[in-house]
Amino acid sequence: MKKVKIDFDNLKNENPDTITSMERREFLKIGLVVTGVFAGGSLLSAISHIDKVFASSEEMKEKYPYKPHYSMVLRQNNCIDCERCVVACNQTNEVPDYGYRTRILQRDAPDAIGMKREFIPVLCNQCNNPPCVRACPTKATTKDETTGIIMMHYHKCIGCKTCVEACPYNARYFNEEKHAIDKCNFCYDTRLSKGEKLTACAAACPAGVRIFGDLSDPSSEVYRLVHQIEHPVWVLRPEVGAKPNVFYMKF
Amino acid sequence: MNESEEVKKSANASTLVKDMKESFQSSFLRDWYATLVGFLSGSKSFYVLLVLGVLVIYAGTMAGFDAARIGYRHAYGMTREIPWGILISTYVFFVVTSTGLCIVSSIGHVFGVKDFMPIAKRAVFLAIVTITAGFVVIGFEIENPFRMAIYNVISPGLSSNIWWMGTLYGAYMAFMIIEFIFLQLEMHKYATYAGLAGLLSGVAAHSNLGAIFGMLHSREYWYGPYLPVYFIASALMSGCAAIIFFTWLGYKITNEKMDRPMERSLEVISKLCTLMIAIVLFLITWKIITGMVGAAGKVEALKAMLVGPYAFNFWVLEIAVGLVIPFTLFLTSKGKNLNTLFTASAMMMFGIFFMRYDLVLIGQAVPQLHELGVNEYKGLLTYMPSFHEIAIVILGMALTITTFILGEKVFQGHKSEIH
Repeated sequence: MKKVKIDFDNLKNENPDTITSMERREFLKIGLVVTGVFAGGSLLSAISHIDKVFASSEEMKEKYPYKPHYSMVLRQNNCIDCERCVVACNQTNEVPDYGYRTRILQRDAPDAIGMKREFIPVLCNQCNNPPCVRACPTKATTKDETTGIIMMHYHKCIGCKTCVEACPYNARYFNEEKHAIDKCNFCYDTRLSKGEKLTACAAACPAGVRIFGDLSDPSSEVYRLVHQIEHPVWVLRPEVGAKPNVFYMKF
Repeated sequence: MNESEEVKKSANASTLVKDMKESFQSSFLRDWYATLVGFLSGSKSFYVLLVLGVLVIYAGTMAGFDAARIGYRHAYGMTREIPWGILISTYVFFVVTSTGLCIVSSIGHVFGVKDFMPIAKRAVFLAIVTITAGFVVIGFEIENPFRMAIYNVISPGLSSNIWWMGTLYGAYMAFMIIEFIFLQLEMHKYATYAGLAGLLSGVAAHSNLGAIFGMLHSREYWYGPYLPVYFIASALMSGCAAIIFFTWLGYKITNEKMDRPMERSLEVISKLCTLMIAIVLFLITWKIITGMVGAAGKVEALKAMLVGPYAFNFWVLEIAVGLVIPFTLFLTSKGKNLNTLFTASAMMMFGIFFMRYDLVLIGQAVPQLHELGVNEYKGLLTYMPSFHEIAIVILGMALTITTFILGEKVFQGHKSEIH
């Protein structure tokens, strides 16, 4: 049998650097379609054609009913798991050692090409359709009508823990010191209400992972990132239908 | 409202007061005097049981207060990922039994089916006892029960199933107590109204309990209209088992022989119980079959139940001990052999306890973010009841059994004439 000789030295290099920008663009479009579908109608419309998203300012108000509509974009691939965000959060919001408002998850991909591990920061998604708020028997947790932040009113919390069950993102825990459920509120009481523009985690991040801002403001970075079409944007567990305001991307 | 209606209404009210007065003076007071004498001359073993029961209740209550003192986070086995443990499942167990007893009693007392009348008084009494036990258990589970009393009223979350369940169960308990008082006074017309109100609020409350789980849309194993429906079917099944179990025991305690109508009643209830087991088995079967083609979270939870860490609980305790063997025993005894009926109902009570436990725990076994595939949420979450939790479960059981024994003596075997 004749042996096929392969000229390894002169084979065309297939690493990502040699892909043309046209090929790259085509590939990203596929990703865009897939993630758009999975992210649900609202995001799909946001990333399809920016000009067509809002025909009028009225329509924009409907889409982003809060002003400022606080939101966070997590540029996931920039995260190096330094945990400065977690430390800053714990200090700012007096989070006890047995709990957390935000944390960084690790995903190992031993078969992946290149990087073998990625980090996924998680926090309360400040959902537009929050399962926790619906489940609370005493309105101890509500969606703030101005900012859209899911707030806790500690003195009303009976500690039934139904909101902990209801949250699709495991963002809630029982805080012994407060005798109530505690959760991320985008540092509303500790920073935003005092004039700060960023949450403690966003301010502490050295890698530009946590982009925080007003999604209803077209000049904000979160708006720009969520509405661009070159890089896929997604949310966690879209199938639940909670309509999160925390977005993820690798860019 | 016109004048004649008003007059009629006030006349009705005065008749009610008059009726109550008369009943109280004649039957009630006389009965109570006889009861007091009977109680004081009760047998030795009765007092031993009573004292033992009270001691266990005392120990359980102390364990509960101790847990509150050191903090539930330290005392209980619950975690951030599994915030509901054996205390919630025991609460579910008690309130399912209570609702079931209420439904079974209503068949006789509200809807007038003669064969169900002999058990009705005992069933109403036990419905009150079991809901109380349920409230005691959940009282030690909820972190701030006192805040609940205040903010349930002044800040009601009307979209919350917990709110509806709590409120409706509160009303249910009140109606059942009123019904029981009317039954003691032999005022069956008013007892029927109270019974109907109790039945309606009980069924509404109980389906809301199912909906607490069924409306958590991030929990695939629970989510859907199945649980509210299943809870009602399961309640009737549990109620039948409980009344057979306690009636048999009641006759053992008072050492009396059952009369014919009571035997007939248990026979009919065992047949209803057989039917309800079949319905529940049917529901479970379709829950599994539909779930196996569902979302990943649901499939993983079902695997945990069928072949995973909950397989023994499911196949042996739930299916074999709780359903299939009692089903066979009921069928073979044809409802005639009282001892077989008791054995079957006791097995059911045991199995149903684990049915509730599995329902609550399996629903939380799959981590919320398992689909991310992160290291933190690989595999199933585990939970182990702590000493304090088990002590409170025993407290609930002891409370039920002790009050039941006391009730048998005080209310003289819950005898009732057939009207």
